[in-house]
Amino acid sequence: MTSYRVPAERDPARPAADRPLTIVVDGEPVAGTAGQTIAGVLLGAGRREWRTTAAGGAPRGVFCGIGVCFDCLVEVNGLRDVRACLRRAQEGDVVTRQGGTP
Amino acid sequence: MREVTRGGTTRDVVVVGAGPAGLAAALAAASAGARVTLLDAADGLGGQYWRHLPPERPAGREGLLHHKWAVFGELADTLRAHPAVTVLPTAQVWSLERHDGGVRLNVLVGEPDGEGRESLVLDPDALVLATGAHDRTLPFPGWQLPGVYSAGAAQALAKGERVAVGRRVVVAGAGPFLLPVASSLLQTGATVVGVHEAGRVGSLARGWLNRPWELAGATGKAGELAGYVSDLVRHRVPWRPREAVVAAHGVGQVEAVTIARLDDNWAPVAGTERLVEADAVCVSHGFTPRLELAIAAGCDLSPGRFVRVDDRQATSVPGVWAAGEITGIGGADAALAEGTVAGTAAAGGDTGSGAARTAGRARSRARGFAARIEAAHGIRAGWTAWLRDDTVVCRCEETTYGRVREVVELTGSREARSVKLTSRAGLGPCQARMCGRTLQELLAGPGACGDAEGAGGGTTSTVDRRPLVVPVRLGDLAALPAPRRSPSPLTAAESQPGGDRT
Ligand SMILES: Cc1cc2nc3c(=O)[nH]c(=O)nc-3n(C[C@H](O)[C@H](O)[C@H](O)COP(=O)(O)OP(=O)(O)OC[C@H]3O[C@@H](n4cnc5c(N)ncnc54)[C@H](O)[C@@H]3O)c2cc1C
Ligand code: FES
Repeated sequence: MTSYRVPAERDPARPAADRPLTIVVDGEPVAGTAGQTIAGVLLGAGRREWRTTAAGGAPRGVFCGIGVCFDCLVEVNGLRDVRACLRRAQEGDVVTRQGGTP
Repeated sequence: MREVTRGGTTRDVVVVGAGPAGLAAALAAASAGARVTLLDAADGLGGQYWRHLPPERPAGREGLLHHKWAVFGELADTLRAHPAVTVLPTAQVWSLERHDGGVRLNVLVGEPDGEGRESLVLDPDALVLATGAHDRTLPFPGWQLPGVYSAGAAQALAKGERVAVGRRVVVAGAGPFLLPVASSLLQTGATVVGVHEAGRVGSLARGWLNRPWELAGATGKAGELAGYVSDLVRHRVPWRPREAVVAAHGVGQVEAVTIARLDDNWAPVAGTERLVEADAVCVSHGFTPRLELAIAAGCDLSPGRFVRVDDRQATSVPGVWAAGEITGIGGADAALAEGTVAGTAAAGGDTGSGAARTAGRARSRARGFAARIEAAHGIRAGWTAWLRDDTVVCRCEETTYGRVREVVELTGSREARSVKLTSRAGLGPCQARMCGRTLQELLAGPGACGDAEGAGGGTTSTVDRRPLVVPVRLGDLAALPAPRRSPSPLTAAESQPGGDRT
């Protein structure tokens, strides 16, 4: 695993205890904690790519992390083109890979 | 409360952006007697500098991750409790129109990119723009691989999510910002393999040290930077000037990078390349101001393409003030001071006395120091030597450097607009935020595409103009409400689905 979330009990910033939630990403459950963005849940679980580019079929995930680059677009609960780095994850969110730019 | 009147009513001031500049502006405007609406697209206050864990996961020791965390706490608490201030999180200003001498803001309130967000139209008496900046990354071969991040992304994820973007991380680019990024990564437990700064030692030393009396005056920033340096020393992280990541390699994601020495002009020196294993790379070469609202309002820009302001932070457009990184890269201290001056002036208050006067002096000091440091790290033209024909320049449309050159040769045009239309570079969903300035430099600078004589010239058309700040869903445009001067308290409360998350 490359990217990861700092375990709460070992974090010098002492975040409150986890409040686990699960989202479903391309049919697979991925665990996170309440308050994370969808990108945060994915990166925290070691997933770094979740979109395929239209022209080159290349994998993409987060690049700018603050809503500027649109690399991180996903479909959330049937709605396309949601920036994963901005959207807070909700329990049960169904996240689907997008196969191209809008 | 003192009434500042215009046409007999309290002045309505709208502040866009709740980073250091916007928070200070909102408080100053309210203190000067205005009715204030503070908007931010994000769901918490603090902007980029004070990005923090969400209320679902409050940190016991958040202050460990920030400088001046106490300043933020006090600003945020005071604003939330202030009877004349409406704080509106998750409020995205998606366009700005000019009308009968004033400006109108079109706002969508609700989940980012959501459907059925509430529309709000505001016609303020005075507007303070404090929209900040995003970091800028120059393209290099492999920068589109997962595992390559802007340095800001690494920072945002570390501060806002406690997520480390990798275990073995290379930090590279230019500027003092690389230091807090490396520190934040260390605080997530990641190994920082090295910090590679493109700037030359000579200009860095001059920029940082040639006027030590300014250092003394700006202890805030100097002390902050010293803290980051000591973090690097403690963790034995090498900091190497005159070096750059000139390529990232890997199948499907980053596995290694090539680091090379640079000459004075930032061109890689042949024979100095070395391969370094890493699972993440965080790269930033400076900042790009978020100018779209200022441009839509008609504000003049400076030659360096920031919003031009006078001593009172007034833009060239009557009724519009600007503060923070959209007026120049100055750091959080400068942003706070500018915000105080801008907010006071926007409310019709006196900037020559009290807090605004003190802030005015602090602003000059902080700006002088930060501008000098920033200048020492400025981008130099030789970087294009690390591009290859297959290097992606536009991340959205996957337009390569070779394709841009081909289009210039085929069409004989170096005008950004026509090159964009033919090559598709800059036409994707980010609206050229990632590649616009790079394209412009590739087309206009000396040694530019198709510039055999190295004479430079080429295009000057602005790539920063974006009438729609963000993509808007068609459904959101239906039934726009009637304009208001400020949201009524009821509207404000209704339109915070997630509440203020700070
Ligand atoms: C990701 C990132 C991390 C950074 N971290 C640090 C750091 O740790 N240390 C440091 O010294 N510097 C950091 N910086 C530099 C930073 O820009 C400044 O230090 C400081 O935050 C600037 O303050 P500001 O108030 O001008 O703008 P910002 O803090 O950038 O605040 C601008 C705010 O405006 C909002 N906004 C913009 N456009 C709109 C719109 N159309 N509608 C509604 N809201 C809008 C944004 O959501 C944002 O919250 C960082 C920059 C970035 C991009
Ligand atoms: S990572 Fe850039 S928009 Fe989400």
